[in-house]
Amino acid sequence: MANENAATKSKVSPADMSFFQKLVMMRRHNAKVALKKMKTSRNCYLFLAPYAIIFTVFFIFPVVASIFFSFTYYNLLESPKFIGLNNYISLLLEDEIFLIGIKNTLIIALVTGPLGYIMSFFFAWLINELPRWVRSVAIVVFYAPSIAGNCFVIFSVFFRGDAYGYVNAFLMNIGIIDNPVLWLTDPKWMLPICMLVILWMSLGTGFLSFVAGLQSVDPSLFEAGCIDGVKNRWQELWFITLPSMKPMLMFGAVMAITQAFGVFDVTFQLCGYPSTDYAARTIVTHVYDYGFSRFEMGYACAIATILFLLMILSYKLIEALLNRVGE
Amino acid sequence: MSKNTTKEKKAKKIQEEAVQVYHKPLIKRRKPNRSVSGDIALGIFLALVAVIMVFPIVYAVSSALKPLDELFMFPPRIFPRRPTINNFSDLFVTMGKSWVTFSRYLFNTVFITAVGTAGHLFIASMGAFVLAKYQFPGGQAFFKLVTVAMMFTGMVTQIPNYIIINKLGWIDTYWAIIIPAFASPMGLFLMKQFMESLPTALIEAAKIDGASEWTVFTKIVMPNVKPAWMTLIIFSVQGLWNNRASTYIYSEEKKTLVFALQQIQAGGIARTGQAAAVLVVVMIVPILIFVFSESQILETMASSGIKD
Repeated sequence: MANENAATKSKVSPADMSFFQKLVMMRRHNAKVALKKMKTSRNCYLFLAPYAIIFTVFFIFPVVASIFFSFTYYNLLESPKFIGLNNYISLLLEDEIFLIGIKNTLIIALVTGPLGYIMSFFFAWLINELPRWVRSVAIVVFYAPSIAGNCFVIFSVFFRGDAYGYVNAFLMNIGIIDNPVLWLTDPKWMLPICMLVILWMSLGTGFLSFVAGLQSVDPSLFEAGCIDGVKNRWQELWFITLPSMKPMLMFGAVMAITQAFGVFDVTFQLCGYPSTDYAARTIVTHVYDYGFSRFEMGYACAIATILFLLMILSYKLIEALLNRVGE
Repeated sequence: MSKNTTKEKKAKKIQEEAVQVYHKPLIKRRKPNRSVSGDIALGIFLALVAVIMVFPIVYAVSSALKPLDELFMFPPRIFPRRPTINNFSDLFVTMGKSWVTFSRYLFNTVFITAVGTAGHLFIASMGAFVLAKYQFPGGQAFFKLVTVAMMFTGMVTQIPNYIIINKLGWIDTYWAIIIPAFASPMGLFLMKQFMESLPTALIEAAKIDGASEWTVFTKIVMPNVKPAWMTLIIFSVQGLWNNRASTYIYSEEKKTLVFALQQIQAGGIARTGQAAAVLVVVMIVPILIFVFSESQILETMASSGIKD
């Protein structure tokens, strides 16, 4: 019966077919073509296989697993127990420390993300005009903080809480403050100091990408712009440089998101763990706390999933914003 | 005589003028759209920021060179008056006294870094080659996944990664760090973008001459993307060198050098000098590698853009 149907169907000319039938036929045809292509490009899959397997196991699968475990109670010893949305409910409604964490992360991300991103581009742009050897030195100077390991702990010497801390001593000497400020233990000051340190380290891979991208912008564009009425460097930046840098800007944005939402090391090492009143807690600190101190893996996964959603959301937002550059 | 000289002078003057006219630049400024005052102002600004950026690093290096009495001097000096390398030799003494020898920590780090980087370079390049030069179903989609994965590595995946590595039985082995490093998305991304600039004609010519895909990859593509090699190696080394791996490895004899050094750092006020020495040792390796390979890295980064 089915065979007969198929036989009659194939005889019907395309003009007589309904829209749905055409769609099915097209899909089937496409699938056949794809299958054939896949067969001919077997070697491609063989080349990609080692990477694809490891990537799937350690990067794709964990995201899926994280979403799965976020609906369970799992402590590594017993098998995971499905508890529905309970993790999310207690995260958002009961866990006050998480709310502090999410607030801190958002503050840090909203300040250091855009600021670090703009700084990266701005300094790359300024450096680009320097003579060759000065430029190489400048790139090292600006890039070094981001690869200097945990060199940032030196800031805890500058911002020490007693009168012998350099910042305190300096401010007391010129009479701005009377008593030493507990920079790294006073909840009021922890976040600003951490943000300062993060900004210091923010000229990373994105910055390198900008420097390299600026050098490959076609110089004849600038001359053409000059003739067409571009008056100064700022107009040149907006109308010529930025639009031709879009792909690098997108790459830089990815790097900025990673860095802005993944804050952990800096707050961990400067303000201690746990910090006073949890004032320096971030989402990643919270993940670490529940995952590796309390071994509540399901709960930790729920936090990680929220972080993942935040990152994807900001990625989409920046993509939409960058499409409007130079218009 | 005097007439002659005046004539000569006149001739010279005319000549000079001619030369001047000849040398007169067609566009007055080297770059269009720039003002000199703006150049100076921005130059000064840039120099100021550069000093701020470099100050903590300089301070860390100079503290490492200070003798003990100068470390606690008040007001502090930026540069040591009597520089010494005592802090570094003390560091070696402390490390020598620890239960696990210094050479073992060093071996761990070097082993993890070397194997992880070599494997990463090889595996990521193979994947990048087909993604850049061939069109096959699923290729574009896979690459898009890699691009997004660059964003959330580490933070989002650390818990499930721990569970997976636990299930694989790799906890407390080097593989827990080495194998995931093979598939670092950043490496594949940069390699693929760089390989796209390689002329396709090169590959086609080799194919017509009867080369298999493997030969094309090893004999033609790889030798032509050396700058990208360096970049992959550097990013991988940076990541692995700074990897403390404290959650995956708990046996003391398998811990990395950076982890051991940072334990010393936590040793309190008596070890202030040594702690500064540790800072210098930890940061000097990535910075030096970067200094020596800067031009190659920049060459690679020029193709790092994410196109739609």
